[in-house]
Amino acid sequence: MASINLLHKEYVIEQGNFLKAGEASSAIKQILRQLGVSAGVLRRVSIASYEAELNMVIHSFGGTVSADISPHAVVLEFADTGPGIEDVELAMQDGYSTASEEIRNMGFGAGLGMRNIKRCCDGMDIVSSAGGTKLTLTFLV
Amino acid sequence: MKVRDIAKIVSAKVLVGEDKLDKEVLAACGADLMSDVLAYVNGKDLVLLTGLANIQVIRTAEVIDLWCILLVRGKVLPKNVLDLARERGMVVMSTGQSIYEASGLLYMQNLPPISLETERSGKIGVDQPSA
Repeated sequence: MASINLLHKEYVIEQGNFLKAGEASSAIKQILRQLGVSAGVLRRVSIASYEAELNMVIHSFGGTVSADISPHAVVLEFADTGPGIEDVELAMQDGYSTASEEIRNMGFGAGLGMRNIKRCCDGMDIVSSAGGTKLTLTFLV
Repeated sequence: MKVRDIAKIVSAKVLVGEDKLDKEVLAACGADLMSDVLAYVNGKDLVLLTGLANIQVIRTAEVIDLWCILLVRGKVLPKNVLDLARERGMVVMSTGQSIYEASGLLYMQNLPPISLETERSGKIGVDQPSA
C-alpha cells in the first residue's frame, strides 16, 4: 500500500434503480482488493458501502458516492440531493425504518442498515437537510 | 460437504455453477433479511439458504464473499440475475423445500451452522481465525 498515492473514484447513484444498486460498492471493493487491503477492512468497507448505497437508492433522490483511498484510510462520501433525513437520531436507532412494504419484500428496510454501517466504520459523520444528506465514513487501513 | 451432496440431500436443482459441484462447503446459514446476512454471516465457503429471490441476494453474497446460494420454497431468479451470479463465479440452487426442512436435512447430515459474529466488540469485520 505504501507506494499508492491518493486515489479518487466517483460513482453516480440513481433513485429507485435496484438493478444497479450495489454496483458502486462492488467496484470500490474490487479496487480495494487489487490494492491488497486486509480481508477485515475489505469486509467492513464493503458492508457499510453497500448498506449506504442501498439507503441512497431507497430513500434519496439519488446522488454520488466518492471513495478516497490513501495508504492509511479509506474515506467514502455519500452525497444525495434530498429529501433529507427528518430525524437523524431516530434513523440511527435499531429497528427504525421508513421503508415501504415493497422495500421490505426485497430483504431490506428492517432498520438495521445504519447500525451495520456504524459497526463497520472507524468514523461516521452525517449532515442532513432538505437539500440533501452527506454521509462520510472513514475506515482506517 | 460437496455442493453436489447438498443438492442431492435437499433435492435441489442447480441453476448456476454446474462446474462447481465438487467444491466443498464448510457451513450453512439461513436468512431472508439481507441486513442480517451482512451483519452476522462471516466465514469461508458457506451456503446461504434463503427465500429471497432477487438481484440483491447476489449483491449481498458478493459483499460478504459468499459463493453458494440455496433458494428455498421453489424460488427461482430471473435470467439476468442468474447471469450476474455466473459472472461472479457463484453456485445457485433451488429446492421446493421450506427453509426449515432443507436446513434440518442438511443439519442431520452434519453440515454445521455458522458461528454468528457476536456483538461483543460492537464491530463488524474483525478478522477471524480461519476454521
